[in-house]
Amino acid sequence: MVVSTKMALDGAHAAARAMQQINPDVLAAYPITPQTAIVQTFSQYVADGEVDTEFIAVESEHAAMSACVGAAAAGGRVMTATAANGLALMWEIVYIAASMRLPIVMAVVNRALSAPLNIHCDHSDSMGAREAGWIQLYSETAQEAYDNLIQAVRIAEHPDLLLPVMVMQDGFITGHGLERMEVLEDSAVRDFIGTYKAKYSLLDIDHPITFGAWDMYDYYFEHKRQQTDAMSKAMKVIVDVGEEFGKISGRSYGIFDAYAMDDAELAIIVLSSTAGTARTSVKELRAEGVKIGLLKPRVFRPFPAQEFVDALKGVKAVAVLDRSISFGAMDGAGPLFLEVCAALFAAGLKTKVVNYIYGLGGRDIFPQHFAQVASDLQDITATGKVKSLVSYLGLRE
Amino acid sequence: MAIKLKELAGKPERLAPGHRFCSGCAEPIIIRQILNAIEEPVVVGMATGCAEVATTMFPTTAYNVPWIHNAFENAATTISGAEAMYRSLVRQGKIPERDIRFIAFGGDGATYDIGLQFLSGALERGHRFIYVCLNNEAYMNTGIQRSSATPRGAATTTAPAGSVIPGKVQWRKPLTDIIAAHRIPYVAQAAPSRWRDLMQKARKAAAADGPSFINVYASCNRGWRHPTDATIDITKLAVDTCYWPLFEVENGVWKLSYKPREKKPIEEWLKTQGRFRHLFQPQFRHIIGEIQAHIDEEWENLLKKCEA
Repeated sequence: MVVSTKMALDGAHAAARAMQQINPDVLAAYPITPQTAIVQTFSQYVADGEVDTEFIAVESEHAAMSACVGAAAAGGRVMTATAANGLALMWEIVYIAASMRLPIVMAVVNRALSAPLNIHCDHSDSMGAREAGWIQLYSETAQEAYDNLIQAVRIAEHPDLLLPVMVMQDGFITGHGLERMEVLEDSAVRDFIGTYKAKYSLLDIDHPITFGAWDMYDYYFEHKRQQTDAMSKAMKVIVDVGEEFGKISGRSYGIFDAYAMDDAELAIIVLSSTAGTARTSVKELRAEGVKIGLLKPRVFRPFPAQEFVDALKGVKAVAVLDRSISFGAMDGAGPLFLEVCAALFAAGLKTKVVNYIYGLGGRDIFPQHFAQVASDLQDITATGKVKSLVSYLGLRE
Repeated sequence: MAIKLKELAGKPERLAPGHRFCSGCAEPIIIRQILNAIEEPVVVGMATGCAEVATTMFPTTAYNVPWIHNAFENAATTISGAEAMYRSLVRQGKIPERDIRFIAFGGDGATYDIGLQFLSGALERGHRFIYVCLNNEAYMNTGIQRSSATPRGAATTTAPAGSVIPGKVQWRKPLTDIIAAHRIPYVAQAAPSRWRDLMQKARKAAAADGPSFINVYASCNRGWRHPTDATIDITKLAVDTCYWPLFEVENGVWKLSYKPREKKPIEEWLKTQGRFRHLFQPQFRHIIGEIQAHIDEEWENLLKKCEA
């Protein structure tokens, strides 16, 4: 175990601190609320000579990801950070970064997409990017955002993967919420991430490589197959890196954080900061004798389908909470729900699963909402009937 | 700085033969001239467009130098990322200094239109890179659609000549002036017909300690509607009519690179290309006079800037 320092940091500063310790060769970013504190804090590290990074203060998020692609193809470690409309603006290049197999790490501070303009938390930004070919890790706390960013470097650069990773934290709730957390020593982070040597580099002028050639129908399909194969290898790497991180920090990471799931008949599945409220509610419900548990996925891409099936075996009714809507999907459900349903169906499980949309545009969620969810799940197990496949929490109808 | 043909002839080609450009296209001539003029090692970025698709259809490549394509609008930003990485790794002692030059190529669509913000941003940040616009005055790769570089009166597929509208109505965007207004160390306009001038400009751009930009006139016989063997003649005429003046702005000082002994009337140039054919119909003929007046005014403005 290495020495760590206890500090009070909000999620954005925790992310910036992780970036400082990772010390990327290039960081290209554009400020956007609520990510601003990350890029500002990092800029100060640059100004104070606390990093070796070449910081590119670009003129837009699209340019941020464009510069990241050029920098990563030039063979070094590259990071960026964004949120909401910023992620939407860089969309085209988010796909290109993944498809060119460039191990870029991006901190995303989740925020609602416009319109209407709203700077507060929901997951519509990163969930919209779920098919872009990036590994996605969701963080509940500032500590997790910090830990996940450090691990993301190792995951992205793993020779079997070479896939970019986005690390999410909830805007304002985590991003601006001060927490007591542990910061590792710089040397511990440096040793953990190691040095990066790209297999191919634009700067290797003695061995010139063409990056970003175009494909006809005779090669494009094979390239996409290689990409999806790499993604299918990611889960093992994520778990291995998470275990190894435990050895230096005392905080091991896996695919889920499971709470009270061992004998659970009812389960709640929720991402990121809301898991904190959910855990408190589950604890209270358990005290009342309700056999309910909580499953907080850390990894959304690749989607841990088999792991969900294993974790939910024996559970009679499941509530999946989504902080975004997949507009036009079955009953206007959310993406996490749809994926969980697909996993259970493909495994032949007949578990009853319902969906709750919550927290859009930063709407608060309270313990009484979880009490309502638990009550609904109890009704479902008692009657065997689902009254409403998709419901809303904390919404004025 | 002197360009010696004998030396050039002995240099290895950076753009290899066997690419897929149309016969008569000016772009491979320009790319070859520029890459061979630069004596330092190069890393090349390229925007989506004719030059990109003609040179890098997987699994083939026409480049003997490192090359990257990212997207349509962001060649300047992509190369700025590579240049930043180079500076970072050299400064940290992770790789040796190799005196690399970073060059981005983009067509007029990528440069005048969709990528202008990206180019402007990269210029303002001061990356040391050379941006070359291969200006064929329309979106040729997608089938001759108008761009903001398309001249007034030219017919394109999205500004066609009809019975009422005579092709593109607007004047072309004065992009070289706009780039010069960024006060970068080196800005130039060039044409492959005066190859020695073009190659010298490429060397000056490579020597500039900061961003540089060369706007190169690149005839497209498919879009301009002229015979494939007329490329260089038509380019020469564009220069001799003062439609495409050759000049440079070195550290803020404007300098004319070439002054035609006799300024030829624009009509001589317009009639070489099918894209202007409709201007010779009676109802549109007055536009030729307007174009001439516009060129005269622009030329006088340029002369004043160069004399000052």
